[in-house]
Amino acid sequence: MDSRPHQDTSGSFFSSSSDKLQLYSYWQSSCSWRVRFALNLKKFERLNPLHFVPVLVDGDLVVSDSFAILLYLEEKYPQNALLPVDAKCRAVNLQAASIVTSSMQPLHMLSVLKYIEEKVGPEERQSWAEYHIGKGFAALEKLLKDFAGRYATGDEICMADVFLAPQISVAVMRFKFDMSKFPTLCRIYEANKVLPAFQASLPERQPDASID
Amino acid sequence: MAANSSDCTDKEQPKLKLYSYWRSSCSWRARIALNLKGLSYEYKAVNLLKGEQFSPEFSKLNPINYVPVLVDEDIVIADSFAILMYLDEKYPQHPLLPCDLQKKAINFQAANIVSSSIQPLQNLLVLNYIEEKLGSDEKIAWAQNQIGRGFSALEKLLEGISGRYATGDEIYLADVFLAPQIHAAITRFKLDMLNWTVMVSEKSLDWFNRAED
Repeated sequence: MDSRPHQDTSGSFFSSSSDKLQLYSYWQSSCSWRVRFALNLKKFERLNPLHFVPVLVDGDLVVSDSFAILLYLEEKYPQNALLPVDAKCRAVNLQAASIVTSSMQPLHMLSVLKYIEEKVGPEERQSWAEYHIGKGFAALEKLLKDFAGRYATGDEICMADVFLAPQISVAVMRFKFDMSKFPTLCRIYEANKVLPAFQASLPERQPDASID
Repeated sequence: MAANSSDCTDKEQPKLKLYSYWRSSCSWRARIALNLKGLSYEYKAVNLLKGEQFSPEFSKLNPINYVPVLVDEDIVIADSFAILMYLDEKYPQHPLLPCDLQKKAINFQAANIVSSSIQPLQNLLVLNYIEEKLGSDEKIAWAQNQIGRGFSALEKLLEGISGRYATGDEIYLADVFLAPQIHAAITRFKLDMLNWTVMVSEKSLDWFNRAED
């Protein structure tokens, strides 16, 4: 979860033929990014802007937390399934998602980095972020080396891709992280990057994106 | 439900194996789920403090060197959430998720608040760093702050939904994640749970105390 100030956020309406979903998203949040990516993959159309991070409103139902939102979407809207049927492949996808959402993103979110910077020192901030990002990517490289095809766990795009692509992008853009030690992850990222669903989910294409 | 490898004959050997560290809350989640489903398993201890997760045998099993790891014949699964979802699909007795989609989503949210917003910020690696750089008092203050914030979020999430347990009157995924975290909060970080009355009722505390092997 991102703890972003409310006034900086905006949201989008996503619709399918039968339901209207509202996604509250922050353009820079990698957690929000995962959900935008997944909604695009499931062919929901974005209509119009709104607020938060990420929170999905589906009729009466409100779901927050990107992983919970994605699992909810997977169950309710099974088109373009993001979790494979094969038990082992499914487990690998969930494990990859967990590595990103539990071992990586929480350690480099803004509130933690601010704490490190203030209490330990400004020079520690970057090395702390790089350490945890590196550790997570090393784990993912090992995990996916034998499973990756065109995408993270084969030739179809799955949950692992949805978590991985924004994480790699944020690591490179925000932390200038050097991905050259992780060839499998780089290859997966290049494949994800060109997808229209990914392109449409880019932070800079969101209604709340700003130059600063 | 857990059997030491030395206690079993070949005929009795349970087919499930769980690689676990006794103090790891992630390993604990897996143990609870196996017990709830009445599944016997062989307990394989991995001492994290002694670095046994880096042994050649364990590294071959899980190159990422994390616990818990579940072995079900030829299937090897690491990560507590992935393990729980696998168990729930293959062994549907005592389901870990309710049928109702809204309640299911709440269980996912609760599980993730624990596994992403609380546990990673108070695990050994982070706490050792803070203690080394800022001292022991700061370490405890940090842990209490992170856990407290997470518990407050959980309190809001579960308000009006909890019954005897986190999301009603049955034990589900949220409880499996919550129990070890609350236990750690009380025993290791001395948090006063009176602040979070929705999450911890007398009955659920009983269950937490019994949710051991």
